[in-house]
Amino acid sequence: MPKKYHIATKVTLPRFHPVGKYAVVEFREDCAGSCEECVKKKCVYEIFKNDYEYLKAMEEPEYLYTCQNCFRCVQECTKGIFSRVINPEYRLLGDDYWQPDIIQQTWYQAHTGRITVSGAGYRGPFVGEGFDSMWTDMSEIVRPTRDGIHGREYINTTIELSRRPLRLEFGEDMSLVSDVPPILEVPIPVVFQRPAFGMLGQNVLLAMVKAAHKLGTLILLQPEDYIDTLTPYSDSLLPCLTRDNYQDYTDLIQRSRIVELAYEPGIESEFETLLSIKPDLFIAVGLRLNSDAASVGLRLAHTDVDTLHFYADGHGNELDTERPRFLKDMIREVHLKLVENSLRPKINLLFSGGIAMAEHMAKAIVCGADGVAIDNPLLIALECRLCPQCLEGKPCPVKLGEIDSEWGAQRIMNLMGAWRNQLLEVLGAMGIREVRRLRGEVGRSLWFEDLERECFSPIFGERKVAGIR
Amino acid sequence: MRQIQLPEPVRTPSRFRNAIGKYVIKRNSRCISCGLCAELCPYGVHIRYDKYSKPLRPRDYKCIGFKCKENAFFCVERCPQQALTLRLNPILETMGDYRWTAEMLIGHWEMAETGDIPVADLEYSVGSSGGGFDKLRFKPPDPKDYLDIGDKYVDTSIELNKRGDGRPGKTISIPCYGAGMSFGSTALPVMLGRARAAQRLNILSCTGEGGYPEELVPYADHVITQVATGLFGVREETILRAPVVEFKYAQGAKPGLGGHLLGDKVTPEVAAIRETVVGSALFSPFPFHSVYSVEDHKKHVDWAKEVNPRALIAVKVSTPSDSDMVAVGSYYAGAHIIHFDGSYGGTGAAPDIAKKNIAMPIEYAIPKVHRFLTEEGVRDEICLMASGGIRTAMDVAKVIALGADGAIIGTSELVALECIRCGKCESGRGCARGIATTDPELGHMVVEEWAEQRVVNMYLAWRKQWCELLRQYGMRSIRELVGRTDLLVHLDYLGEDERLKFEPSSLSLAVL
Repeated sequence: MPKKYHIATKVTLPRFHPVGKYAVVEFREDCAGSCEECVKKKCVYEIFKNDYEYLKAMEEPEYLYTCQNCFRCVQECTKGIFSRVINPEYRLLGDDYWQPDIIQQTWYQAHTGRITVSGAGYRGPFVGEGFDSMWTDMSEIVRPTRDGIHGREYINTTIELSRRPLRLEFGEDMSLVSDVPPILEVPIPVVFQRPAFGMLGQNVLLAMVKAAHKLGTLILLQPEDYIDTLTPYSDSLLPCLTRDNYQDYTDLIQRSRIVELAYEPGIESEFETLLSIKPDLFIAVGLRLNSDAASVGLRLAHTDVDTLHFYADGHGNELDTERPRFLKDMIREVHLKLVENSLRPKINLLFSGGIAMAEHMAKAIVCGADGVAIDNPLLIALECRLCPQCLEGKPCPVKLGEIDSEWGAQRIMNLMGAWRNQLLEVLGAMGIREVRRLRGEVGRSLWFEDLERECFSPIFGERKVAGIR
Repeated sequence: MRQIQLPEPVRTPSRFRNAIGKYVIKRNSRCISCGLCAELCPYGVHIRYDKYSKPLRPRDYKCIGFKCKENAFFCVERCPQQALTLRLNPILETMGDYRWTAEMLIGHWEMAETGDIPVADLEYSVGSSGGGFDKLRFKPPDPKDYLDIGDKYVDTSIELNKRGDGRPGKTISIPCYGAGMSFGSTALPVMLGRARAAQRLNILSCTGEGGYPEELVPYADHVITQVATGLFGVREETILRAPVVEFKYAQGAKPGLGGHLLGDKVTPEVAAIRETVVGSALFSPFPFHSVYSVEDHKKHVDWAKEVNPRALIAVKVSTPSDSDMVAVGSYYAGAHIIHFDGSYGGTGAAPDIAKKNIAMPIEYAIPKVHRFLTEEGVRDEICLMASGGIRTAMDVAKVIALGADGAIIGTSELVALECIRCGKCESGRGCARGIATTDPELGHMVVEEWAEQRVVNMYLAWRKQWCELLRQYGMRSIRELVGRTDLLVHLDYLGEDERLKFEPSSLSLAVL
């Protein structure tokens, strides 16, 4: 049996105190003074004790990240001088898609390598837009669950980025006659992608590349990103080239296992030239995820392409339209088009744009993707706050450009370790031991519209409100 | 006419000096301590002891807020020095969440304190999750149907053994019982308080999967022994003393996943009860490794029935897409109670990805299962219990109208004990409020008598709400409400004009 895949996580402290959700408000004018019952001394999480340390060093107190919102200081102070507010800085993190809690959870995972765990049930909306309008299924009594997390059963998260023959031919002596093309595997259904913005200095890119290398996955880079320090990691680099420029980068192609060509009509005519540069090269094509995506994907599936990579916008929306559909519906469209034409098993589909959490990865695969490409989570793992400061030419609040690449690589590995464990949770609950079996398995998912129709329509009739909420 | 004997409510205030309410009353330095406010306020917001001249801080959590303006005793208006100010408590934005809003928490704390329906204008029945229970409303009743009978003549009891299989009947006085929360995940006084409350209310509590502490034995007639995949503390005597044996196949907090008790929480006491090693993290397997079919499941049920001929058998499952098949399978395996635990519930720590994403909400599962069991012709022979995100008395009523016989309550009981839903049950020493912890110091913040009465009070306040609802529909028993989906509307299934007749979903102040 091949060696079991494992991601080595290690606690990797943030360099800056993360933005906390809560802020303690203290009306000190009402303080009793030398109160022996002072709640600051009793804090279970010792946040005020840490605060003293900051004060000793004459630094700004920072107890916001560590406050766990237990309310004991508010409720036990003899004079009732404590109150609390939501940290205004927390509200400003990210945007309406990359919400503060996503950013904070990503920080936590990059810091600890652990999945986020909390008590007291789910606390969010009943249903939401996009991926939040579907649930994944679980097994009960029959089709037993699989225990991948605790290592009792191995759950494989490997995907392939190489195309497959649609049929195998055997000779009369039952020997294999067909040519079996080489296989390109990545051990997690995630590849990395150069973020569209951010302080992408050498150290940052090197951190991402090192993480991709250690994880055994790939990172999509523009040829101008290539610097000498990346050369040892060529196996993990996936250059994104165009019809116009790829012939300028033959050395880069020769060093790579796979390249991505930006789609344009007739791009398949370049494959032969590409393969003449490196015969065992795997070829991906990058396409805009728009209304033509499914039909273009189908056309390309007839060629020697290995993987199609569809780009949605940063919020997971369809491109080139005023009324965009979300990634999950677009993935279904592309996937089903290939299924209907019996070509789905031949090639692989990657999707990027708006993949923000581990659950998005799992749900994208349920919808029909083989894997996803992520960008912003890599930056957030390095403490990025998704603030627009760098775009405005202002200094980065977390000095992203100054990171140590080893530190950064470990933070990204931690994040991926946590994501993979979450994928194992979802797969384990469904009783699936192989992520490739999850692809397009909508039968193991529950969709809001279906549940409303099945469970509520017989009772309440026709739904009159369009949309989710 | 059948009368229900229930305990009396006893005022049981907060453990904390500064209880949190919806409103804040501040007294400024202009106060001359004339004592007028203390004389006026019938809710006890203002305190003044005769021999003290200094005014005390108002107990503003008792304040009924701006609606008091219409009263002659409105302290802010009447204060001769205009020393009082009233405003909405700004801390509310940091409390609660979409499902349990700040007002719902405060309302339940008040119910647990008084045993009565809150007097302040709190929305304690509906959350702001924007779906499920929060979009379901009861239709306005026909005034002609109103039954003018007292609460004690309204039957809120349900029967747990409907099989008629020769095993004892088990009637509980309200349509709820306590969810399984193990020793180890909650403090012993919490566990005991809940069991004592169950005894007084003639309902049940549940050991959870963490074994059966000896301290629970006096209440054994009201304690379910849970058999979960880890089989911790499952022994012949714990099966023998149980009125109900519950097989836990899955739980809503982490459907399809096993329990995990961190090593720090495996204290010598926990290890002894679970028969494991101190400090060693405990994992429950995801599935029962002995069950791969309904036939295997039946062997489980038969085994427990054989060991304890008096026990009823409950089967706790979560809510997969084939919930209906699971229910009918459990019926044919011989279960008395099939318990569906929906995906949004849970008390202890669970992976966030599981709580949010795995399995369906209970609001969908119950009508689906109820309909299927009815079509199979076996609905009347099995008790269908719902849990997982059932927060309030009205949620219980709604899930019964959707088809359940009753509900199983975990989080709300903990909220009665002043859980604030910070969600940090597992971190560090465990719950900072002394509920979900075995820390030697924190674990004693709760006194079992206090816990008992708070839980009793909350259920008594819930019962008042059920009684009023049933009277309005002319029903004498909550059993008449089962499956009465015709009494419910879903706001999203109404035209705009119709929708305006109902209370809209409240907006959330919560920041995720």
